[in-house]
Amino acid sequence: MSITKETVKTHPSSDKRFRMLTATMKRYQYSPDALIEVLHQAQELFGYLEEDLLLYIAHSLKLPPSRVYGVATFYHFFSLKQKGAHTCVVCMGTACYVKGAANLLATLEGKYQVKAGETTSNNQLSLVTARCLGACGIAPAVVVDGNVEGHQTTESAIHRVEECLHYGS
Amino acid sequence: MDLEELKEIATREHQKQNKTCIRCCTVGGCLSANALEVKEHLEEAVNKAGLGGKVDVAGVGCMGLCSKGPLVRVDPAGTLYDRVTTENASEIVNFISNVSRSENSQSLSPSSYQPDKHPFFTKQLKVVLENSGKIDPEKIEEYIAADGYLGLHQVLREMTPELVIETISRSGLRGRGGAGYPTGLKWATVAKEQNERTFVICNADEGDPGAFMDRSVLESDPHRVIEGMAIAAYAVGASQGYIYVRGEYPLAINHLQTAIRQAKRLGLLGSQIFESTFDFKIDIRIGAGAFVCGEETALMASIEGKRGIPRPRPPYPAESGLWGCPTLINNVETFANVSTIIRKGADWFANIGTEKSKGTKVFSLAGKVNNTGLIEVPMGTTLQQIVAEMGDGVPDGKKAKAVQTGGPSGGCIPAEMFNTPVDYESLAQLGSIMGSGGAIVMDETTNMVDVARFFMEFCMDESCGKCIPCRAGTVQLYQLLTKIREGKSSLADLEQLEELCDMVKYTSLCGLGQSAPNPVLSTLRHFRDDYLALILN
Repeated sequence: MSITKETVKTHPSSDKRFRMLTATMKRYQYSPDALIEVLHQAQELFGYLEEDLLLYIAHSLKLPPSRVYGVATFYHFFSLKQKGAHTCVVCMGTACYVKGAANLLATLEGKYQVKAGETTSNNQLSLVTARCLGACGIAPAVVVDGNVEGHQTTESAIHRVEECLHYGS
Repeated sequence: MDLEELKEIATREHQKQNKTCIRCCTVGGCLSANALEVKEHLEEAVNKAGLGGKVDVAGVGCMGLCSKGPLVRVDPAGTLYDRVTTENASEIVNFISNVSRSENSQSLSPSSYQPDKHPFFTKQLKVVLENSGKIDPEKIEEYIAADGYLGLHQVLREMTPELVIETISRSGLRGRGGAGYPTGLKWATVAKEQNERTFVICNADEGDPGAFMDRSVLESDPHRVIEGMAIAAYAVGASQGYIYVRGEYPLAINHLQTAIRQAKRLGLLGSQIFESTFDFKIDIRIGAGAFVCGEETALMASIEGKRGIPRPRPPYPAESGLWGCPTLINNVETFANVSTIIRKGADWFANIGTEKSKGTKVFSLAGKVNNTGLIEVPMGTTLQQIVAEMGDGVPDGKKAKAVQTGGPSGGCIPAEMFNTPVDYESLAQLGSIMGSGGAIVMDETTNMVDVARFFMEFCMDESCGKCIPCRAGTVQLYQLLTKIREGKSSLADLEQLEELCDMVKYTSLCGLGQSAPNPVLSTLRHFRDDYLALILN
C-alpha cells in the first residue's frame, strides 16, 4: 500500500460523506471493536474502500493500517476496487448449483466477456457470485441491481441484465 | 410494563383478529416474486369493494411453500392462494365480498395446497415457526397477542436462574446449529463462571449454502429470538447480548432492528425488565461474508472487529469468550425454541421427537424437488416422508438420488436410506450431520463427484488460512477431485484422496477444516460407483 501521512491530512471533511463516516465512528465512541461496522458504513457511502479511506479509518480508530487492511481484505463483502454501474450477482449456493447456476454464470461470462468477480472494461457491469442468498426456495436466483429474481433461465437472466444496462434498474 | 399491560395489549389485538384478514407473505422468496406489489393491489381492491373497515390486509412472514409464492391466505377461514399476481389479486377480494361470483372467476382459485389438507402442511409440527406467516413481524403487539413475552415474564417473576436451566436441560433441547450439544448443559457451564461481565450471542451467520431457516425465522418472527435470548441471559447472568447476522440478509437485519426498538419502547429490553432487577440489552453485529465466522471463536473475533480467524479450544467460550469473558453462543433456532419450552413446560417438549433428539427441526427443503420451502417436522420423521410426501417427489418424472444435509460440513444420504429417521445420531451414522437444516434433494442426473468438488471449492475459498491442513489440504483435495472429474485420474489418486481426507479431518484446527472432507467421504461411501466410472473410463 502506498500510504503516506499526506493522505490523512488531505481529508478535511469538505466531502459530506466523510462527515457521515465520522458521525458513525463517534457513535461507536471511536472504539477499535467497531471496525467492521465502520467499514460497512464506509462502503455504503463510498461504494468501495479506497486505500486512503482505509488509512483515514485506521487513523481515526487509532489502529495500525495493517489491521484495517487485514480486516478489509479478509471479508468478501468489502471491495477494494470500484464496481461497475450495474451489478449482477449469481447465487452459487447448493440449491442454485443443483438447478444449473454454473451454466447460468458461464453464459453470462461469455456474453459480457467478463469473469466472475470482475467488471467489464467499460465499467458498466460487475459480475459477482454469492455463496448463498437464502433464496433457495426459488432457485436458481440472481440479483440484478439489488432486485432478487428467482426461477431463472439463461434467457431470463440475460434479458434482465440487458434491461438494466439499457434502461437502468 | 407488567403482566396486566401485556395482557391488555394481547386482548386489544385479539379483538382486531375477529375481522377477516388477507395475509400476504412479504418476506423471503415471495418478496422476490413481487409480493409487495401484490399486497398493494389487494389493499386497493379492498378499498374499491368498499370493504375498507371490514377487511384488513397485512404483510406477514414466511408461510413455508416458497416455490409457489407469492402466497396469500384469507383468515379466519385459512384459505390459501398460491402464485398470486398483481393481475388476479383482486379476485381474492371478490371471493370474500361475494361468494356466488367466485364460481365464475377463471384466473384464480384456492390453492391445491390447503394448510389443513395437503401433506406439505399436515405433516408439520410447528414450534419455532408457530407464528411464521401468521403475525406481522414488524408489530410487537401481534407477537404479544400470540403469547409473546409471557415466557420471559414467567422466568423473571417466578423462576430462579437455576430452575430455568433445569427446565431447559430436562426438555432435552440440543443446539440447532449442527453439533447438537445439549443446550441446558451449555447454559449451566456459563452460569457457573463468576465474572463481572457475561455475554449472550445469537449466531445468525447462516453460512451453509442451501440453508435459509434462520433467515426465515428472523424475518418472520424476530421477537421470538429476542425473547429466547433474554431468557438465556437471565439464566446465565448476562446483561449484554449480540446478534451476529449475515450481511446478505438485509431484510432480517431490518426486522431485527425494528423488533429491538419496539421491545425497548415497551420496556421488554433495557433496564429492570418486568419490574425485576434484570437488565438486558441487545446489539446487532453485521457479518461481512465469511463462512468461517459461523465457527464460534471466529465469530467472536469478528464481533471484536478482527479478522474472523478461529482459535484452539479449550478454553471454550463458556469460560473465556468475547473479550475474555464467559460467553454463551447459541443458534437462532435454539433460542427460538426457548420461550415455548418455558410456557408449555419441559415435559411437553420432551414428548416430541425421538429418544435422544427432542423437539422439532426446521429444514429448508430445496433442490430437485417439487415443493421447495421451509418445513418444521418432529425429530424422527423419515427423509422419505420429507421428500416424497411433503416435497411431492422429484420434478420431470426423475428419481431422487440423494439428499444433502449439513452443507459443506455434511454429507449425502442415498435414496436407499431415506427410511432413516432424521435425528442427530442416525444422520451421523450415515456419515452426514443434522447441520443447521439445509436439505437439498439431488436427482439421478446429478453427478456426486461434481457435488463433492463443489463443496470442496467452497471450503477451499472459505478456509481462513490459519492452519496448514485446511489451507493446503483443501486445495489439494480440490485439485484431485478436478482431476477425477476430468477423467485424468487413476485408482492411486482415489487412494490418495481418501488418505488426504483423513489427514485434513483429524489435524485441522476448527470445525471448517475438520468437516471439509465430509462431502467427499460420504459420497465415496455411498456413491463410489460415480468415482469409479470416471476413473475407469
